[in-house]
Amino acid sequence: MRDVIKMIIVLGLICGVAGALLAGVRMGTMEKIEYQELKFVKGPVIMEVLKGCTNNPLKDRFKLKYGEEKIDFFPAVFNGKLNVIAFETKGGGFGGDIGMIMAVNLENDAVSGVGITTHKETPGVGALAKDSEPFKNSFKGLSVNETIKVKKDGGKVDAVSGATITSRGVCEGANLGSKIYKKLKNDILAKAKEIK
Amino acid sequence: MNNIVKEFTKGLWAEIPPFRFVLGLCPTLAVTKSVETGVGMGLMLTFVLVFSNIFISSLRKVIPPSVRIACFIVVIATFVVIVELVSQAYTYGLYQKLGIFIPLIVVNCIVLGRAEAFASKNGVVASIADGLGMGIGFTISLTVLAAIRELFGAGTLYGINIMGPSFEPFTFMVSAPGAFVCLGLILCIMNLFGKAKEMV
Repeated sequence: MRDVIKMIIVLGLICGVAGALLAGVRMGTMEKIEYQELKFVKGPVIMEVLKGCTNNPLKDRFKLKYGEEKIDFFPAVFNGKLNVIAFETKGGGFGGDIGMIMAVNLENDAVSGVGITTHKETPGVGALAKDSEPFKNSFKGLSVNETIKVKKDGGKVDAVSGATITSRGVCEGANLGSKIYKKLKNDILAKAKEIK
Repeated sequence: MNNIVKEFTKGLWAEIPPFRFVLGLCPTLAVTKSVETGVGMGLMLTFVLVFSNIFISSLRKVIPPSVRIACFIVVIATFVVIVELVSQAYTYGLYQKLGIFIPLIVVNCIVLGRAEAFASKNGVVASIADGLGMGIGFTISLTVLAAIRELFGAGTLYGINIMGPSFEPFTFMVSAPGAFVCLGLILCIMNLFGKAKEMV
């Protein structure tokens, strides 16, 4: 009996110390890891969507609350003025969620670009949406006040051929993005002023 | 003092892992496609080995023998997760390249093998020397294996082109069977060398 109790105590203590140590390391590295993931996973897409900006949107990022979630916003400076904001949104694709970055012009409320970060679409079909310039370009200039749809559904977006469901998913993501943008626009403008 | 030096140097030739033990082959074969990943894995394993040896040898009188393996695994896993988090925070490129093989250090037989065979029976200082020797030995082995594979398989060394533009990469070397063949040849050369010394 004494052996059993000793075993439990020793193993329990070792696990406890290990857990505390790991919690400490995790807290110490969390911010750094978040930044690295932004830089290596989402960073290239964000920079592509915000091509030509003169600041570092990754460094200037800020968080805002949307419902229960906290969303990262990446402000971009063009011609010396902070006038484009990029953020993450997502839509339902053919094989699961499509993670997206959407950039909106703060002056005329128009979409200035979309990019796809993560997806599980069919290779060679839906996956082509990630690199299809005509498809992504057809989002440019659309207003956040209209419902974004593919041409087949009566909208203005050129769907990727053979991948209507993926194209619709990206539209859905863009519409969610519009909703987030409209709801948080005042907060975004307030934050943008601070950065200037 | 002599003893400690001996514990340290045995990992560098006489018992150099993985060539002498042929333990821990999974990372050895999987991450030696390039020198960068080979060295990275070696250094990570060295860190885990040294710290798990320190803790296990200092706790060796407290840990009841019947639950020792469970205790060893908890200690080893803790340091592996620390390595994983730190590499994710500071060397993200390497973290992405090594991928699943970082968490798999937990089940690397060399770490558990040293804990069971050495650290649980010896003092802290000797265990540090043992862990350091074994870790550096492992790093050297992986570097040699990775250098041979990268040089012939891709014509580069640490990402720098060595063989020139006319070199046709021997891609077999960077695929899995190439790793086995290369490891086998190194073992063969090491055994030949050992034999030759015996004859003299």
